[in-house]
Amino acid sequence: MKRFLIPLGVFVVLVAFLAVGLTLNPRDVPSPLKDKPAPAFTLPQLAAAGTSFSPADMKGRVWLLNVWASWCVSCRQEHPLLVAFAKEGKLPVVGLNYKDQEADAKGWLAQFGDPYVLSAVDADGRVGIDYGVYGVPETYVIDKAGMIRMKHTGPITPESLQKQILPLVAELSK
Amino acid sequence: MKLSSLLVWCVLIFSGAAMAKEAAPMAADLEVEKRMVAISEELRCLVCQNESLSGSHAELAQDLRREIRKMIAEGKTDKEILDFMVDRYGDFVRYRPPMKPTTWLLWGGPFLFLAGGLAALIAFLRRRAKDNAAPLLSDEERRRAATLLDQTKP
Repeated sequence: MKRFLIPLGVFVVLVAFLAVGLTLNPRDVPSPLKDKPAPAFTLPQLAAAGTSFSPADMKGRVWLLNVWASWCVSCRQEHPLLVAFAKEGKLPVVGLNYKDQEADAKGWLAQFGDPYVLSAVDADGRVGIDYGVYGVPETYVIDKAGMIRMKHTGPITPESLQKQILPLVAELSK
Repeated sequence: MKLSSLLVWCVLIFSGAAMAKEAAPMAADLEVEKRMVAISEELRCLVCQNESLSGSHAELAQDLRREIRKMIAEGKTDKEILDFMVDRYGDFVRYRPPMKPTTWLLWGGPFLFLAGGLAALIAFLRRRAKDNAAPLLSDEERRRAATLLDQTKP
């Protein structure tokens, strides 16, 4: 009997490791930018030609930076949620239009709705690199002092919004 | 596959390669290119995680290779360039992550398994040696066997 216990034990440990490993999302790479100041940039705004935006403009407010593009399929998935969320007016959502064509981006917002207080245009993706963007859509929660408090990779789901983003925002807004 | 359809495939594949625009800066400076490849081979492409930055066709990989070229042109050292990537994408971008408390298990894990395997092997060998050393039959058993064998003689 005892001689079967050891292989059984090894098997159980292996299964436990696989069970945990298979439920983890390999795309979810922890961002080294958490609790670091949001990288500075100055980019033109999508809607108003000649105006620019930089994160310093948002000092003193808790805000979301949402990286999106008209070519990004998963952005479409999270978009209705963002539009509904923006309507509530709880906090400003700034868009970072990542490696997109101006006409496409404007058409996309016209078609699906514009949840953003403004969208900054990162045409060559250089700012995206500073923010460690590797899979659009990505969303950053930035606090009053301009520090990145959270990074969400991939489309926001109602669950991640309720369980992760909103509690954090509530805490930061105190 | 018929020869004609094979031909069509070839044309499709090679015309695709001809249209790709990323190869353009290649000849610019061989030395820069060589360093760029050496550095990007150390880095993981986050879009297709099992490819290195040097081998990946993902758009982000092309952008990052462009950044590396730019940094080389600016005279940055290899370490500065690697730090640039780690600052943005984390230790995960490096195929050889640094030694620190969170990666001790990663680096030491294989040695732990090796030690465990060696311990099991030694335990097994010792037990076998002990089993072999013990006589197959005790003196008492030998005597009994002898009597039994004697009895069966005609």
